[in-house]
Amino acid sequence: MKNHKMFRVILLILLLGLLPAAVYAQSDPITDDEVNQVAKDVYCPVCESTPLDVCPTAACADWRELIRTKLAEGQSRDEILEYFARQYGDGVLSNPPRRGVNLIILWILPVLGVLLALLLFSRMLRGLRAAAPQSAAAPPRPKSSTGDPTLDDYISRIEKEIEE
Amino acid sequence: MTDTIQTDAAPEKTRRPFRWSMVALWVAVIAILAVLGWGLVNTNATRPEVGQNAPNFNVEFFDGYEWETRSVSSLAEMRGHPVVLNFWASWCVECRYETDVLEQAWLKYRDQGVVFVGVAYADVEPKSIAYMKEFNVTFPHAPDLGTDISQDYEITGVPETFFIDKDGLIRHVQIGAVNQQMLDTLIPQMLAD
Repeated sequence: MKNHKMFRVILLILLLGLLPAAVYAQSDPITDDEVNQVAKDVYCPVCESTPLDVCPTAACADWRELIRTKLAEGQSRDEILEYFARQYGDGVLSNPPRRGVNLIILWILPVLGVLLALLLFSRMLRGLRAAAPQSAAAPPRPKSSTGDPTLDDYISRIEKEIEE
Repeated sequence: MTDTIQTDAAPEKTRRPFRWSMVALWVAVIAILAVLGWGLVNTNATRPEVGQNAPNFNVEFFDGYEWETRSVSSLAEMRGHPVVLNFWASWCVECRYETDVLEQAWLKYRDQGVVFVGVAYADVEPKSIAYMKEFNVTFPHAPDLGTDISQDYEITGVPETFFIDKDGLIRHVQIGAVNQQMLDTLIPQMLAD
């Protein structure tokens, strides 16, 4: 019985000892690097071409503070990005989610473009192959052969010119 | 007597075989052109001008800043009321010069049916609420969710204010801060029509 009571006291002391550590862990400040890891993939509509992590405007500073607050609340990077997309539109994300118009413009259209290019390329190749035998079938041959292909070619061209 | 040469053989019609590749080719071409055209139309979209219909919008008001106890509303629902649509942000310095002026005008004209709607542009909600409390504003306010409203109105920045009459036509666009004289001129005109 005495041992049991002693065990409870020790357990209580241990738990009390852990409490400051838990409190410290919760109040551990979010670093700028952690904020910027999320902010680099966000663009605020006020300064469209500048990522949030390097944008100097007051609006972007507010957005970064919001990221810091949400990280401190324990939200994940994806949850924060989803919040920004919902609040300010998909256009604020550097990698917009695959839905709606984004799906068409960023995913379906490029695939269609590649397929179209492949199709056109294959048709062009087929056309070249079909034309090749015709041109190869009519090489001008000289009336007499010297045995030297270069000379034969030269003579045949002269003969052709004389005939014309 | 004339000799005619008749040929039994009709001219041979050369029929091209049906090719799925050609269908795919045309579908791809049309799809790409359609999306490019859509993008071009969007890029060339111009801001709504005076005399044009104001684009409809939906708003989800901040808690405590509703319009006639409605937490959500739209411009269509406000038809029949002159509407003062004000874009602002808590980070906007110039907005600070007009917020009190707008609040005073709201208190003056709200009983005559004028609706004021403040739209917080690219703002974070805690800052928006702190700003509204700082200026003791009481007229309806909403965040610009998805930045849809500011995109439809093609605003160039904040503050910007659209004066929309009872029929939904834009009567004036103010780029920059509004002042008391402007409000006391434009609002009675919209009420008189």
